[in-house]
Amino acid sequence: MAAFIIRRFIWMIVVLFFVSVITFTLLRLVPGGPFNNTERGVPEQVRRNMEIKYGLDRPFIEQYLRYVGDILIPHITDDTWRRSITDDYLINVELPILGEDVAFRWMNFGPSLRTRSRTVNMIFEENLPVSFQLGLAAMAVAMSIGIPSGIIAALRRNTVADYASMGVAIIGVSIPVIIMGPILQYAFAVNWNIFLPTGWGTLQTMVLPSFALGFAQSALLARLTRASLLQVMNEDYIRTARAKGLSERMVILAHALKNSLIPVVTVLGPLFAALLTGTFVTETIFGVPGMGRYFVTSVTNRDYPVVMGTILLYAFFLVLANTIVDLMYAWLDPRIRYN
Amino acid sequence: MAVADKRQESNPGAEIAKIKTPVKGTSLWSDAWRRLRRNKLALLGGVIILLAILVALFADVLAPRPFSQQILADHDTVPEWVTVLFPSMVPVEDGGFIVINNNYTLGADNLGRDLLSRIIYGTRVSLLVAFVGPLVALLFGTTVGLVSGYMGGLIDNLLMRFVDIMYAFPTLLFVILLLAFFRSSVAQPEPGSFSAAIANLDRASGGMLFVFAGIGLTSWMNLARLVRGQILSVREKEYIEAARSVGVGTRGIMFRHMLPNILGPIIVAETLTIPTYISYEAFLSFIGLGVQQPTPSWGSMIAEGARSISSYPNQAIFPAVALFLVMFAFNFLGDGLRDALDPRMRGID
Repeated sequence: MAAFIIRRFIWMIVVLFFVSVITFTLLRLVPGGPFNNTERGVPEQVRRNMEIKYGLDRPFIEQYLRYVGDILIPHITDDTWRRSITDDYLINVELPILGEDVAFRWMNFGPSLRTRSRTVNMIFEENLPVSFQLGLAAMAVAMSIGIPSGIIAALRRNTVADYASMGVAIIGVSIPVIIMGPILQYAFAVNWNIFLPTGWGTLQTMVLPSFALGFAQSALLARLTRASLLQVMNEDYIRTARAKGLSERMVILAHALKNSLIPVVTVLGPLFAALLTGTFVTETIFGVPGMGRYFVTSVTNRDYPVVMGTILLYAFFLVLANTIVDLMYAWLDPRIRYN
Repeated sequence: MAVADKRQESNPGAEIAKIKTPVKGTSLWSDAWRRLRRNKLALLGGVIILLAILVALFADVLAPRPFSQQILADHDTVPEWVTVLFPSMVPVEDGGFIVINNNYTLGADNLGRDLLSRIIYGTRVSLLVAFVGPLVALLFGTTVGLVSGYMGGLIDNLLMRFVDIMYAFPTLLFVILLLAFFRSSVAQPEPGSFSAAIANLDRASGGMLFVFAGIGLTSWMNLARLVRGQILSVREKEYIEAARSVGVGTRGIMFRHMLPNILGPIIVAETLTIPTYISYEAFLSFIGLGVQQPTPSWGSMIAEGARSISSYPNQAIFPAVALFLVMFAFNFLGDGLRDALDPRMRGID
């Protein structure tokens, strides 16, 4: 098991390395640069100086190594560490033992080349929590609708309850945020005035986007829960439980539900990753100030560090989610063994 | 001895051949068709898709106006029935600000373009994505899966690790990046060059070419894994051994013997992914990276309408309903196909 975990984490690093190389290469292959085509137009000499300042004139490999180095190499610095705005680290751990203002600093994602008073870390710190809140709220919506309706559908198989919840599930899958968004906005914000159509931070603004994002995924969860529970109910150990005289209620609660939730638990990781990337769409529609709105403009502006940072960060979440699922599988289901 | 064996084997074979003609009707496909016909919802999905295809083909005839015709004086006007449907739209006569104009069946947008005509033409974009998206994914996914599953060993390992890496990319972000890459790579092409030809093709398709490429390049991995898994399960079957023993080559075994046998799951998986492709296109057009103006796409129409949802909800909700109907149809058809092609799955998934 320990060897398996270590192998998975090494593979995770390899994947992230390839993701960074592919993204970096693709970004530099896109014609144009961050300092071309600004609205006012920059004189040729100024543009060249800016490129020198941010190291864009250096060989491609050197630029990549510098970028990765800034992220990966930790620094232990005293109070003289901050020479410019670009010396901004995501992880800062104060080390009072070593002296005043000495800190362990790690993960510098570089400056934003377009908004030069900001760094990628500042963008992360300001907008990522919002995207995370939206993702978590949507996940709560998905789970609280999906799992119970899946269980009811399976236990009342081939009844009205089953057909109704599966019908809602298939409709849910057909309604992406882009459809759900405007309809919810109109019904609840314009017509009935219960919630606000756009914004973030208050209950009135958070309900609609979370529901719009979470509903489609709740449909997937419902189908998965139903399928898994139906399968478990046919297992031998359920028959054994019934045969030894347990009430149907105990059979379901103590034996069936627990085992049927294994596949459900394992999709929660990728589900959260999907919801987190899904927040891009939702944020655009509901005017939520998360990561989404920066990404699109950064791509068109060739703001290399912002695009790189965002893709790397989300790739990290995706890979981490998948790795955790694999480990969960091994932990939850003793029949699965890795060697 | 050998002769006797041969006779014994050939006799039942001849009988089967005799019976074969009348029984021909119950092949896997006709069987599936029979089951599919019994599934009312799948049929409804199929009918909606057929209707949508007809609308897309005859858009020129069906649309009351050209999709780009602007009559600025008529901007944001709606027919009377829309104000009944959306009670928040109060006409000028009743003290509101909604101008009634019954010349437009669903209303006009903020530039005075007919919503109905634009929704009708928008069918073309969504349906094209619905059919080209799976084709691109099939091309990459099936090839990678076939090669990986059949070859095994190092090639299999390398291809599957590559799939793992592709999986790590956040799909939408990667599509946005690819689209920017394609678009600006051919932004100022030299006349007569290859990139100029591509740029013209993209412009002629209203920007759809790059949308297809972007979506296709990022969504073949599921299929590759599926095909590989299926290949692994049929690779050891007797009929493959039989084909090999009579000297069928690698390519023949892969495409003539394996592919037809694993086609069912592939079709089901792709039909169920079509709604995802459609919603990708809608979102890309929504953020302005997809289909280029003035070609109407439901996604860009929803985006434009969403900006004024509190005043003119019809401009966002009508295209949203159209998008919903088509996605819903593909989902039901896909579900029905799964039950029809693989009856064991019925009621379980």
